[in-house]
Amino acid sequence: MMRFIWPFVIFVVLAGFLYVGLHLNPREVPSPLIGKPAPAFNLSQLHDPTKQFSAQEMKGQVWLLNVWASWCVSCRVEHPVLLALSRQSIVPLYGLDYKDKREDGIAWLQEGGNPYVLSASDTEGRIGIDYGVYGVPETYVIDKEGVIRYKQIGPVTQQSLHEKILPLVAELKAK
Amino acid sequence: MKNVLILLFCLLPGFACAGEAKDLADDPVLEKRMIGLAENLRCLVCQNESLASSRSELANDLRREVREQMQKGMSDQEIIDYLVARYGDYVLFDPPVKSYTLLLWYGPFALLLVGLAGLILQLRKRKNKITETHLSDEDVKRAADLLNPSKDL
Repeated sequence: MMRFIWPFVIFVVLAGFLYVGLHLNPREVPSPLIGKPAPAFNLSQLHDPTKQFSAQEMKGQVWLLNVWASWCVSCRVEHPVLLALSRQSIVPLYGLDYKDKREDGIAWLQEGGNPYVLSASDTEGRIGIDYGVYGVPETYVIDKEGVIRYKQIGPVTQQSLHEKILPLVAELKAK
Repeated sequence: MKNVLILLFCLLPGFACAGEAKDLADDPVLEKRMIGLAENLRCLVCQNESLASSRSELANDLRREVREQMQKGMSDQEIIDYLVARYGDYVLFDPPVKSYTLLLWYGPFALLLVGLAGLILQLRKRKNKITETHLSDEDVKRAADLLNPSKDL
C-alpha cells in the first residue's frame, strides 16, 4: 500500500498545477509599468487635430486611459460597459485611438457612441509602444501623481470593472 | 521634351515606394543586426513567435522601433532594456536569473538532487534487506533437484 502513496501524491500535485494552469490566461503578461509613472505623451486630439492632449495635463486626477481602435473587435465587446461607466461620471475616461485612421476612429465613435472625455490619436502606435500595448483594448488606471496603478488587458467587463477598477479608483481618489 | 518625360517616368517607381522603402532593408548590415536581435525577442501578439519572424502589426512596429534606435546608435543592450521596460522580461526568450525565476533555472537541478538522494536511500534500504540465509545440505540438494529437472526425464 505504502509504495503507491508517493506516486499518488506526485500525481495529485501535478494534476493540481495543470488544473490551475488551465484557467490562467497566457495573454495576461504582467506589465512592468505598474507602479511607474505613466509615459508622457503629447498627441493631437482625435476630433480636433489642432488641439493636443498630454498625459501630464491629468496630474491631480485619478483617470482611466483606454486604448481602443475602430478595427479592434473586442473593443466592441467592452464598449457598452464603457458607455455605462461614462454616464455614471465616477472617473474621467480618456481614449487612445491606437494605430487607427482618424476618420475611421471618428466614424466608429459616431456609430457606437463616445464614452470618452476625449481621445488622443496615436496613428503610428508609438505611444502604444511606450505604454507596452500589445493587445487592444487595454485600460490603464492612473493615479493623481500620474503613476500607473493597474492595467486591464483585454476588454473591460462588468466583473473587472466592479471587482478591480472601481474599487481601486475609489481607493486612489481617497488618498 | 520627350526625353525629360521619359526620365520623369523612370523616376516614378522611385517615388511610389519612397514611403515604404525605409521600412525594408535599405541598410542590409543594420537589417541583419536587427533580425539577429529580434530573433531572441518574443512577439507579444503571437506569443511563441519571435519578433523577427512575426508578421503581426505590433511586431512590424517594434522592428521599426528597433531599427530606428540602431540608427540612433543605441547598443543592443540598450534596446533590450528599452523593450523590457515596456513589455517586461516576457519579451526575452532567454529569461534572466531573478528571484522569481530561480525555480525555473535551478528547479531541474534541485529535482535531480532529490531524485539522487531518493535513489541512494532506496539502494541502502535494499542492501539492508538482503540477508544471507544458511541452507542445510538437504535444502541444497532439494534446490538442485528443482533447478535440474532434466535428470528425472
